Amino acid sequence: MITLAHFLVLGAVLFCIAVAGIFINRKNIIILLMAIELMLLSVNMNFVAFSRYLGDASGQVFVFFILTVAAAESAIGLAILVVLFRNRATINVGEIDELKG
Amino acid sequence: MDLILFYIFASVLVIAAFGVISVKNSVHAALLLVLCFFTTSALWLLMQAEFLAVALVLVYVGAVMVLFLFVVMMLDVKTEPLREGFIRYLPVGIVVALVMLVEMISLMGVRGMAINPPPDPAGASNTAWLGKALFTNFLLPFEVAAVILTVAVIVAIMLTLRKRENTKYQNPSRQVAVQARDRVRIVKMPSATPTTKEATP
Repeated sequence: MITLAHFLVLGAVLFCIAVAGIFINRKNIIILLMAIELMLLSVNMNFVAFSRYLGDASGQVFVFFILTVAAAESAIGLAILVVLFRNRATINVGEIDELKG
Repeated sequence: MDLILFYIFASVLVIAAFGVISVKNSVHAALLLVLCFFTTSALWLLMQAEFLAVALVLVYVGAVMVLFLFVVMMLDVKTEPLREGFIRYLPVGIVVALVMLVEMISLMGVRGMAINPPPDPAGASNTAWLGKALFTNFLLPFEVAAVILTVAVIVAIMLTLRKRENTKYQNPSRQVAVQARDRVRIVKMPSATPTTKEATP
């Protein structure tokens, strides 16, 4: 019998893997975007599990919206990445420091 | 049976996620992320969230990851400088991830909370259930999501559009507005001029 806790723990494990990925791949924007997608995936899994547990459709509707926004986000992010690579010929985060932040 | 399937899919998912963050080649990372999404969709099917499982495969595997792969393959990226600091930040990353994991699981308090049976088992599909909620209570957010997608399309095109000098392009409005007399010019001229002084050998 699958319980809610199984899915919550799986979501937590996935989220922590994504956080570790952001830490260890901090030079590569593409892997960073992929880690963000993994984080959104784990959050979505929690939403679906809770929606199923409570019998409420709102959780799954929220997953729908998160999928929409994540698709828009990755499209714009990749477009920015392409423009950046065209102008700078690098995607190394360490070299993108024009704003001097 | 469900539990065995859950453990199989969960282990595949975790291993693939580890692969995403640790492989050297970005193309391989993208393909492993595709495996992650596919496995997650199988897990959602186990939870009887069919619509979202299919939507995940369609939207993510079909569109977003293809876009990722397209960009990764289009950009000629040298991976060696991007890997610097991988070993240096590895302990920090592992420590932070483990601490977060322990905190989350201790907050959850792993107890057996059984997933409810589907709310209306009398033949109602998950899609109809979701659609009823989506088009009644969440109609305005649904429209806003459509606007967000439109804005994203326009922004992505505007960001990557570039005007270059001396490119050859067509102007469709001028093509439509063309008249026949602009294209064919009828020249009237006398048909035959008698040449008389040609014969001088």
